[in-house]
Amino acid sequence: MTRIVFVEPSGREAAVEVPDGWSLMQGATAGGVDGIVAECGGSCACATCHCYVEEARLGELPPPGEAELAMLENVAAPRQPNSRLSCQVKASSALEGLRVVLPDRQE
Amino acid sequence: MSHVVIVGAGQAGLVAAETLRAGGFEGAISLLGDEPDGPYHRPPLSKAWLAGEIDAAQLTMRAPGILAKKGISLRTATAVRAIDRAARVVRLADGSALEYTGLVLATGATPRALPLPGARSPNVLALRSRDDATAIAARLALCAEQARPLVVIGGGFIGMEVAATARKKGVDVTVLEAAPRLMARALPPVLSDWYATLHRRHGVEVVLGAGVAGIDVEDGLAVAVRTADGARRRCGLVLVGVGVVQNDALAREAGLACDRGIIVDDCCRTEDPAITAAGDCTARRLADGTLLRLESVNNANEQGKSAATALLGTPRPFTGAPWFWSDQYDCKLQMAGLSAGADQTVVRGSTDTPPFSVFHFRAGRLVAADTINAPREHLLVRKLLDAGLSPTPQQAADTAFDLNSLLAAPPPR
Repeated sequence: MTRIVFVEPSGREAAVEVPDGWSLMQGATAGGVDGIVAECGGSCACATCHCYVEEARLGELPPPGEAELAMLENVAAPRQPNSRLSCQVKASSALEGLRVVLPDRQE
Repeated sequence: MSHVVIVGAGQAGLVAAETLRAGGFEGAISLLGDEPDGPYHRPPLSKAWLAGEIDAAQLTMRAPGILAKKGISLRTATAVRAIDRAARVVRLADGSALEYTGLVLATGATPRALPLPGARSPNVLALRSRDDATAIAARLALCAEQARPLVVIGGGFIGMEVAATARKKGVDVTVLEAAPRLMARALPPVLSDWYATLHRRHGVEVVLGAGVAGIDVEDGLAVAVRTADGARRRCGLVLVGVGVVQNDALAREAGLACDRGIIVDDCCRTEDPAITAAGDCTARRLADGTLLRLESVNNANEQGKSAATALLGTPRPFTGAPWFWSDQYDCKLQMAGLSAGADQTVVRGSTDTPPFSVFHFRAGRLVAADTINAPREHLLVRKLLDAGLSPTPQQAADTAFDLNSLLAAPPPR
């Protein structure tokens, strides 16, 4: 289990214990976090699980693959250097305590 | 007290429930599902779940307790027997009744059964629920162990996705499709042909124009599938993917208009102001009077939202470009818009070397595009369609033409 702190669009913080190997999206949606739509359920097909990862720890994440980069070009909220698709980031102990900010819109 | 009852705890039902709450509805919400599990993701069932790459909890859309926290009362293994519209009561199979002030029907669809002797054998299966997929996975494992092939009846999306997953598991696969091409309801001929080649390259025997004559059974299990041409193919598992039947019986028996689906407008309203419907169970009446039946996650999500907001008195038409995707091997197909009715089709790129896309036009206007491993283009096309913008067919066919430029500087309309 890895503790991830999601910051919902309202500003509310929700700490979720995400099982290792799960995507951040799975952890957030299963945990009832607001701000992730994840319409395709994690197939990297819809770009509605956009999130901003704590910038200082960006380097601790495996970099996005080609498909994720492509989808990130068309996310609804502004794309930033720390933009990721939460369905493509897997929880692991290295990410303990990571703060993930969710945008105000996904569609 | 106001009480919205939602019949069906799949994608559309869950979205309707959460949209009601997010929209400020303060009454009671009952989400009734007839399956043993609460809402779960169905798309991975034919892919990651079947391949054993994810666990059951990862399919679950909301962890236990989350819905209760939102004031949504989830009742699983709960079948509805009838709707009494005059009394505004839903009658459950256990004899109890639930009064409603608003009702959302999100009853889904059921795989069409194969009217053939032998089709009821335990190793002749269709894929709809998690239990279905679990049974298919177990049979596939046996197929791999005993070197018995999978025979897929019906070359639609489900059948072809399962075929691809089975090949990954090292199982021999034959696909029997009655039509002259694969996934013909949704794909243009150029893509049907492309997929037939892709699957054949992965070792799948793809038989087109195949008439299934019967299933041979020994000791209670299907052992071979016979086709009209007299051929007999040995099998350890038969996957039947010949389409679905909309679950509209409850609505029909309650006197709501149905035509292979509960007829709704683009805000998901039925003719009863207290009842809306969403997802696979619906047939949407379009402006031109025709009925549109979309079986997709996108449709379930959008209609789920509309079905909820209509009950809240803030109708929200779902008129955006529908979209869909399918993962087979390392190829991601993404479809945007509706290509039915297109009169011109152009290929952008080369079908020999993905990524490439197929653009569909009607009277010179873009109506849809199907992309292979081209997610940028897919999302761009959705934006173009929703904005009412269109490249010319010549621009679409020219890979040197930047489609983004259409969004940047929309022409005067």
